[in-house]
Amino acid sequence: MKVWKLKADKLLLVAVSAFAFLLLAIPIFVLVVSGLGSRAWEGLPESSSILTATLLSFASTLAVVCLAALLGTPLAYVLSRFEFRGKRIVSLFIELPIVMPPAVAGLALLITFGRRGFIGAWLADAGIVIPFTILAVIIAQFFISAPFYIRSAQVGFSSVSAEVEDAARVDGAYGWQMFWYITLPIAWRALASGMILCWARAVGEFGATILFAGNLQGRTQTMPLLVYSVFERDISAAIWTGLILIVLALVALFVSQWFAATQDRLD
Amino acid sequence: MCIGRSLRTVCVIVALPLFIFSTQGQQRQTLTIYAATSLTDAFEELAAVFLENHPETDIVFNFASSSKLAAQLLAGAPADIFASANSSQMDLVVADGRISEGAVQSFATNRLVLIAPADNPAEISGIEDLGSKTLLLVLAVTGTPIRDYTNAMFASHNDEYGDDFAKRALGNLVSEESNVRQVVARIALGEADAGIVYQTDVTDEVRDDVIRFPIEDRHNQIASYPVAALDDTAIPELSEAFIVFLRSDDGQSILGAFGFCSPSREADETTTEPTAETGQDKPIVVETEVAPCEGLEAES
Repeated sequence: MKVWKLKADKLLLVAVSAFAFLLLAIPIFVLVVSGLGSRAWEGLPESSSILTATLLSFASTLAVVCLAALLGTPLAYVLSRFEFRGKRIVSLFIELPIVMPPAVAGLALLITFGRRGFIGAWLADAGIVIPFTILAVIIAQFFISAPFYIRSAQVGFSSVSAEVEDAARVDGAYGWQMFWYITLPIAWRALASGMILCWARAVGEFGATILFAGNLQGRTQTMPLLVYSVFERDISAAIWTGLILIVLALVALFVSQWFAATQDRLD
Repeated sequence: MCIGRSLRTVCVIVALPLFIFSTQGQQRQTLTIYAATSLTDAFEELAAVFLENHPETDIVFNFASSSKLAAQLLAGAPADIFASANSSQMDLVVADGRISEGAVQSFATNRLVLIAPADNPAEISGIEDLGSKTLLLVLAVTGTPIRDYTNAMFASHNDEYGDDFAKRALGNLVSEESNVRQVVARIALGEADAGIVYQTDVTDEVRDDVIRFPIEDRHNQIASYPVAALDDTAIPELSEAFIVFLRSDDGQSILGAFGFCSPSREADETTTEPTAETGQDKPIVVETEVAPCEGLEAES
């Protein structure tokens, strides 16, 4: 009787797991198959929109990753090294964009940096209008994806033990020197993996971008916006862009897992 | 038995919502209506009145651009009624076989209007400025009916404002919104300087935030809205009842209250739609003695 119960439980476990897996895998499988099966590439030469959207996505996400590294690294370091009042609130605000709906983020950005926005109105007086520009795309992507880098970098810096830094300090290393020669070489994998995640999230950003930056080919239309804009009149362009995005996401996953694996081996 | 608790728990978790939904469905009929975004307010009001006479009915709306709705219907999305803002999107569904050609009836017409934020940051005074000034123009995305009408309206101005007027105007385009109400939102928020929408889109909620500039009748486009029940609807009588109500005097007066005009029989037969195949530079020709509705009064 006990054996039978075990078997039934196991069967249920496998059945539910298989169902869950298929739910996740089938749509992607169908997209790939229908992209290849419908010979979507034959409609490709006419769709210059794919090329411009891809270039635009690469340009904006490159800027986002650079910005995240430039601005996020000090922030992550501060969060991992210093205790201060309100640190939990700071952490909360950094992590909020990860879970908040991107459309809400886009709305927040619009009423902050829009032409009539809290800061945007002031910028508009100075002749700077952000919405409908690639700058708006970068800001939207940064807002949504930088937290992925900051969080990962923070974990990386926290893994550098205080003893190592203390020892370096005894040997006369300080400030920049210590960060550059001690902390960074130890934590770089976490930073790199954070950058990859940040980049992948930025490439896929849709809701905040379309609300804040608008949607125009060659100006603010990134790859996800292209998929949304053309699927009803140019399904092959939409599927192809979808395939490119899936490949990019796979590459990002592999690379970040590789970083994680080599990190584990070191530890 | 022994499969016992775990299986039962899973079953209950999965089945409970299904059960709740299905019991609701047994007692009540749900009419699923796919309607163009510009119909949002009018259809919500129409539905409220319709439900007074059909208390056992629920109405579920899917408002999106007609092109998005047509794409969803072509992909097999379940619906009972499709109301489109032009005939080309309706034709796609007819060609797909989900709606028979004879079922399509016209129920309303609409016109285009140029809108700007209330404080008019680009200081525009009419359509001509779209081609002569540098400004932030927002339109609905290519493929939507409103965009087809807009392109035709721009092209119709070419002989007046220069051959490349349409091109110059589109050079000011900064964003293509997925439906016409999002164009209104951009203007009402003051983020863009000008947009082309249907006159019915300037609803009470945004009336104070935007100013309207009428477009001359000879250049304006008569947007004609067709409606039809899907052939595969499970509730053909109810669907038909809604369409009859839509075209009844009561239905037409509600549509009229939201700024839509009644389609005249003549207009039905002589209106030609701008389509991708026939080229978009031909304006819609309406051979009726009077346009079914007055143009907008100029605002100052």
